[in-house]
Amino acid sequence: MFEEYKDKVISTIREGMPDVEFEFSEFRGELTVAFDKAKLVEVAKFLRDDDFLRFNYMVDVTAVDWATRTDRFEVVYNVFSMKLKFRLRFKVAVDESDLQVETVSGVWKAADWYERETYDMYGIKFANHPDLRRFYMPEEFEHYPLRKDFPVMGIPGSLTMPKK
Amino acid sequence: MGLEALLKGDGFITTTLDAVIAWARKNSVWPMPMGISCCAIEMMSVGDSKYDISRFGSEVMRMTPRQDDVMIVAGTVTYKMSHVVRKVYDQMADPKWVIAMGVCTSTGGMYRSYPVVQGIDQFLPVDLYVAGCPPRPDNLLNGLMQIQEKIGKTRARDFKNKKQETATVVK
Ligand code: SF4
Repeated sequence: MFEEYKDKVISTIREGMPDVEFEFSEFRGELTVAFDKAKLVEVAKFLRDDDFLRFNYMVDVTAVDWATRTDRFEVVYNVFSMKLKFRLRFKVAVDESDLQVETVSGVWKAADWYERETYDMYGIKFANHPDLRRFYMPEEFEHYPLRKDFPVMGIPGSLTMPKK
Repeated sequence: MGLEALLKGDGFITTTLDAVIAWARKNSVWPMPMGISCCAIEMMSVGDSKYDISRFGSEVMRMTPRQDDVMIVAGTVTYKMSHVVRKVYDQMADPKWVIAMGVCTSTGGMYRSYPVVQGIDQFLPVDLYVAGCPPRPDNLLNGLMQIQEKIGKTRARDFKNKKQETATVVK
């Protein structure tokens, strides 16, 4: 499926959204595309609604903390097209000075909880998200555990335990 | 703490009664199955016909803490879950015991990381640790037999003047 549709997918995306700068890369039979976060929702809607592409299954949202890069974080979305049986990964870079991405939960409803999880672990805010609360960690927790500067044993006293 | 806690002195009747009650108590230990992760699977298999926990009078796994004597904490206890475990423990009627099943519960085990409580003895009085990851069902039965021994030695006077623990308030 991958070799069959790869080129068509790339050209469809490029032609469908000519005003966005796409950077495609391929690794071991997986296609990845990076672009500017300002266009995120627009591109997401296009990927879902285009008659050829139909990326209708939101598989996962997560992020990467690159620690030393200028754009420290990268939000990663994995989508799947049930029509083409094709997987696509798209990424947007986010810098620490503006830790905000527009939500895609309006495009794929499944993204709602994935974005909450990403917010919980990395502290990236998803603008216009319907219910952006902590996902795994307790509400009163103040840190973001999957960031590179978070110690693996945690910060003493940041999580509460009942008294003996 | 039953009625026998009111018995006074060391007379023949009171001590005999005490022993009889302890014997009865040790042979009907009702466990609270606090199954939190993978260890719970082994705890369940202890209840099936192959290992058959009912040989020891403990087949009555009650999901309500008010009817239980021993809490088997089976699984990785996170900080978030620790409040729930403590709340369940606080609801159990005295006398009560706790078995920490598996290395996660006893020490945090392989999860040396931020969300896992490194040993539930930090917030619960643990009576017995069962080693293993997960402990084999026969090992849990071994633990149960040892806790039965401990329960058999318990006398009513052990509970006299026992300081009442104040329950922790969980938000
Ligand atoms: S001790 Fe092992 S089997 Fe038991 S909960 Fe921990 S990881 Fe799972």
